[in-house]
Amino acid sequence: MTQDKKLLVSAIKNGTVIDHINAGQALKIIRFLNLAAQNKLVTVGLNLPSKLMKTKDLIKVEDWEISLEEANQVALIAPQATINIIKQYQMFKKFALKLPEKIEHLLVCPNPKCITNHEPMDSFFYVKMRGQKVEVSCKYCEKQFALDEIKDYKI
Amino acid sequence: MERLGGRVIGFADKDVTSASKGETLYDSIRIIGQYTDVIAMRHPLEGSARRAAEATNKPILNGGDGANQHPTQTLLDLFTIQETQKKLIGLSIALAGDLKYGRTVHSLTQALTRFSPRLYFIAPKTLQMPEHYLEELKKNKIKFSLHEKMEDVIKQVDIFYLTRIQKERFADQMDYERVKNSFRLTLAHMTCVKKNLKILHPLPRVNELDSKIDATTHAYYFQQAENGLYVRQALLGAVLGKI
Repeated sequence: MTQDKKLLVSAIKNGTVIDHINAGQALKIIRFLNLAAQNKLVTVGLNLPSKLMKTKDLIKVEDWEISLEEANQVALIAPQATINIIKQYQMFKKFALKLPEKIEHLLVCPNPKCITNHEPMDSFFYVKMRGQKVEVSCKYCEKQFALDEIKDYKI
Repeated sequence: MERLGGRVIGFADKDVTSASKGETLYDSIRIIGQYTDVIAMRHPLEGSARRAAEATNKPILNGGDGANQHPTQTLLDLFTIQETQKKLIGLSIALAGDLKYGRTVHSLTQALTRFSPRLYFIAPKTLQMPEHYLEELKKNKIKFSLHEKMEDVIKQVDIFYLTRIQKERFADQMDYERVKNSFRLTLAHMTCVKKNLKILHPLPRVNELDSKIDATTHAYYFQQAENGLYVRQALLGAVLGKI
């Protein structure tokens, strides 16, 4: 491998690789998937050069297999991300990401007067695309938010 | 409820309930549901009625949840519109006042989308109808336009639905005073309006609706309030399986 082609984030033997994350979103995904608490080896690349995206983020998690539900949650933050399961350094499975129709538990409703912020209860959001943007609407207070308006997650 | 022969276990204030001891809404409703056949609730938090409905299998009537919805008001509004115009479909309807925070206008706008209206929203710029309600109208191909002055549209409409501008919605009290004095429906507006025009208001009114209008054939807000009694009685009858 020449110096130019050297991997900036080292390969993993078994686990999950989340690639082509739009730059700046990897830490959000780590928080979203609660990866820091999994006690697994997580390597993160931020602002890596990318032919397609100019810059991108990348996450590799050793000995951890992402579920379909979790993969779809990644699609919320990084719709163009690719997710591969690795076994013995080879790609074993590739996920086709699909936006989830609903998200339970994870998001905190930004509306301070929403009942979900005052009761010990799970939040519940419906997900839909508005043009190119992902929008979520709270089942309880019925307010709609662009995803970047969600600042807090219940983890 | 009492006029229908039922009994009421009620409390107008949360301080006399276990909520003041820190009990969750879910638990309170679960307990209250064991004592009652139907629960009508008004609550300051948005989504509280939906949450309450998850706690009991007894019917929950939402009497207003924060600035979100006020569906029983909408039922009586629809009933009143039907009563005055003999139809619901294809009417020209103006909604005026605090359209941003007013839950009655939110619920009514959503309900009216089923009846192909032409809608006019009249409000000071800072209190206009929230974008997501307008998006919903666009999606349902309902024609609407935004205005700042009542006189721009009152001659064209069948129903003029006015709501109170609330003082507490203004960060700057000077702004409130300015709006309060300019945003007022008076007898002067009543010239050249449609003969069938009816003025509706969920009441209470403050400064926005001149009491001199009460004597005109266009005033219908007191009958509207009376309809509230009948519609809510009908709703109680319906959810209790008596109608």
